[in-house]
Amino acid sequence: MAEPLLSVRDLIVEFPTRRGTLRALDKVSFDIQEGEVLGMVGESGAGKSITGAAIIGLIEPPGRIAGGEIWLRGQRIDNLSPEAMRRIRGKRIGMVFQDPLTSLNPLYTVAQQLIETIRTHMDISEKAARARAVALLDRVGIPAAARRIDDYPHHFSGGMRQRVVIALALCAEPELVLADEPTTALDVSVQAQIIDVLKEICAERGAAVMLITHDMGVIAETADRVAVLYAGRLAEIGPVREVITAAEHPYTQGLMGSIPTLTQTSDRLVQIPGSMPRLNAIPQGCAFNPRCPKVFDRCRVDRPEAIDRGGRRRVACWLYDGVKQEAGNV
Amino acid sequence: MLAFIIRRVLQSVLVMLVVALVSFSLFRFVGDPISSMVGQEASIADRAALRDALGLNDPFLIQFARFVGDAVQGNFGISYRLQQPVMELIMSRLPATLELALVSGIVAFIFGVGFGVYTALRRKGWASNTIMTVSLIGVSLPTFLIGVLLIWVFAVELQWLPSFGRGEVVSVGSWWRTGFLTHSGRLSLILPAITLGLYQMTLIMRLVRAEMLEVLRTDYIKFARARGLTNRAVHFGHALKNTMVPVITITGLQLGSIIAFAIITETVFQWPGVGALFINSVRFVDVPVMAAYLMLIALIFVVINLIVDLLYYAVDPRLRVDRAKTRH
Amino acid sequence: MSDKTQIPAPRSWMFRAWDSDVAYSFRTSPVAIVAGAVSLLIILLAVLAPWIAPHNPYDPSSLNLMDGFTPPMEPNAFTGNVYWLGTDNQGRDIFSTLLYGARISLFVGFAAVLFAMVLGISAGLAAGYRGGWVDSLLMRVADVQLSFPSILIALLIFGVARGFIPPAYRETMAIWVLIVAIGLSDWVQYARVVRGATMVEKNKEYVQAARVIGAHPLKILVRHILPNVMGPVLVIATIGLALAIIAEATLSFLGVGVPPTQPSLGTLIRIGQQYLFSGEWWILLFPSLTLLALALAVNLLGDWLRDALNPRLR
Repeated sequence: MAEPLLSVRDLIVEFPTRRGTLRALDKVSFDIQEGEVLGMVGESGAGKSITGAAIIGLIEPPGRIAGGEIWLRGQRIDNLSPEAMRRIRGKRIGMVFQDPLTSLNPLYTVAQQLIETIRTHMDISEKAARARAVALLDRVGIPAAARRIDDYPHHFSGGMRQRVVIALALCAEPELVLADEPTTALDVSVQAQIIDVLKEICAERGAAVMLITHDMGVIAETADRVAVLYAGRLAEIGPVREVITAAEHPYTQGLMGSIPTLTQTSDRLVQIPGSMPRLNAIPQGCAFNPRCPKVFDRCRVDRPEAIDRGGRRRVACWLYDGVKQEAGNV
Repeated sequence: MLAFIIRRVLQSVLVMLVVALVSFSLFRFVGDPISSMVGQEASIADRAALRDALGLNDPFLIQFARFVGDAVQGNFGISYRLQQPVMELIMSRLPATLELALVSGIVAFIFGVGFGVYTALRRKGWASNTIMTVSLIGVSLPTFLIGVLLIWVFAVELQWLPSFGRGEVVSVGSWWRTGFLTHSGRLSLILPAITLGLYQMTLIMRLVRAEMLEVLRTDYIKFARARGLTNRAVHFGHALKNTMVPVITITGLQLGSIIAFAIITETVFQWPGVGALFINSVRFVDVPVMAAYLMLIALIFVVINLIVDLLYYAVDPRLRVDRAKTRH
Repeated sequence: MSDKTQIPAPRSWMFRAWDSDVAYSFRTSPVAIVAGAVSLLIILLAVLAPWIAPHNPYDPSSLNLMDGFTPPMEPNAFTGNVYWLGTDNQGRDIFSTLLYGARISLFVGFAAVLFAMVLGISAGLAAGYRGGWVDSLLMRVADVQLSFPSILIALLIFGVARGFIPPAYRETMAIWVLIVAIGLSDWVQYARVVRGATMVEKNKEYVQAARVIGAHPLKILVRHILPNVMGPVLVIATIGLALAIIAEATLSFLGVGVPPTQPSLGTLIRIGQQYLFSGEWWILLFPSLTLLALALAVNLLGDWLRDALNPRLR
């Protein structure tokens, strides 16, 4: 396989607090291929957003990357100088935030914010930048873009604002777009449209997407592969269809069981008993062991490493240690 | 826009009327105007005649209306203590106070915003810690003590600067006497301006710092960073502009309090302004001067408030739209 | 599963107080510890002034005019007496006047804060709980008052009160007038905070429930709503104490505060200022330093408390 666009290796992110250091991410590894859409799922606090912040180099202090490496197309980016990292943000990695109502500066017009961003990364004239901005707004589906570009953010509805945010994230043609719950704050009726716009434009420009969400439905429709995080650790990763139809990690199985649209055969939603441990009280061994229906002794002692299951699937569970993937399961 | 201005002006007039009522009540009910005016030896008949002549026996509302009418024309009666028309006294002393307030206001604003931004951006550095510590001492030091200590160091020990008065003043126009145009006038202004400005500066600085830290935490700043904008653009383009919206309001109001705080500075430096006039009127219960000063300060506050509102309106596009919507 | 989780034994309240976030933040903040110690020291010295002070500055018979203008730690030229911090123009021991001065400053400060607090909390509870015209009226007054500096308000109230009090009583009443004037100039902050919290709290279900079962509104206010606002009120009161001490000193310095026969720190500075040019610096310096230390320490405590109770700012 070709060199991946983004490669995250054993990433550890820590937050020092007065009651000890919290590990928000604990040895997370995954790749994103050129043009691929990777879904990132997990409960709140599982470390999805932290992963995004770590990749783009914007972890809020006192949090810090305490270990591991992040490579972007063969260049290591987790230890770059602030200025070098700034040049990558926007230009090579774009980011879409959750709440379009708060992610645009209310005191500047859309045009000002777009042109500023474009001219930060591209050496073009104000006029050319403006033309580019109008075209981009038009592409993300803002009607009468040439006129509306001089409006302030509060003139737009939530869905329209998120289109503006997408335009801003993509205006310097990044190779990778991190979308952190891009539809959570929107009306259900416009969620699908926003996801479609995001996916289409990225596909058009060959940009890969890391889509962070807790909505498995969105993942199922959008992503090529999916990574499941639990308590700051990677539980399972693999092609989206395989993970959904044949989840291997007991946590993923529980997660799938809790989605109504995907489990038509069962008339009851399955619920995982208990809740995700707090980061200061992660149990020894597998983080999921107190809730796991298939737990056995080893799970309470040793932490499972990600086990390669073939076909780009990996799962961090002792159930599969030394077990060959059963053929015909997929 | 017009409707907004009209509404604000009407509100201001209302506030002025309330203050006028307080002023008038002071004038009418605090002490006895007659005995303050004529002294002990006047006979009862004389007093009654004067009372009648002054209209003190008229109904309250008529007296109040007369007071407001006089006040609008700048007539606040005669000072009990100095036996001069109050308006003349105030006008002759107003330039001194306004010049002092203007200079300290500008100094306080420039340094307040500068230090506030610096300490917000460099939260941990030694310079920030020093500025923050000094500012805390600045807040805890009463204005008068700053003045006294400055006099001690720069006037008594070093003998660099004068310790009292305005120095030489020059007439500009018919009644404005300025100290800006002479060397001694400018020298005399330095210590009082620092004294008056220091406290305001610390307030502005702490406000700017707090607002800026708040703004730096917002999503749109994070998003601006995530788009790879330079620190310069994020800090001074985005964060500072958003910080200034609330800062303008409060700083504008501070300008009013500078004039009020001038009372203390003027006393310490024997600065011949309206503040010193007022403090003496309080000491000697010189009610007409107290009432006039109150009206003057209220007028200044109301005008500043109005200007600040309009400024606010100009800076924040959200307000413009909200007003437009409510009008429909 | 649940039988395995252990419920920790309840700890004593002393442990919980020690272990609380606020106490932790105090223990780990050298500034807070020093500020607390300085405040406590000055308060103790002031309270115990009659027992500690070497002289009673209010007792003219204990004064010797010959002792006037003695520099600190030097024997007086005529009497040979040595005073720690020197003496003033009337031969009063500066150290003693400081103790008594701080006593008056602190008394006025605490009393004014208490007055402002009671007034502000009552107004805030009434405005928040009753709403309607009570609320509009109180908040309008508060708005107007807030737009004027409190020192100006205090001066005006002081001036008005003096107008009403016959000259013969002005001296003896001065200190009470001062307390009321400073208190009245500073109630708005409390009222605002309490009003906000009351409006939030009164719509919560437990308050509604208490209403339904017919609890007296006063009881609801005191039992349920008041405890929720004590944190911010404490912060305001601490910073308010510093402000009240400064306000008192300022008014006394301006010559409209406590009478010279009962000098507070502000009065002492006013007296000291007159001797600056003739070189008797100690008369000015020591009261100034005391006032600064007191105001700074209380301010620092207030600042720290605000940060400790507001985790967002950490």
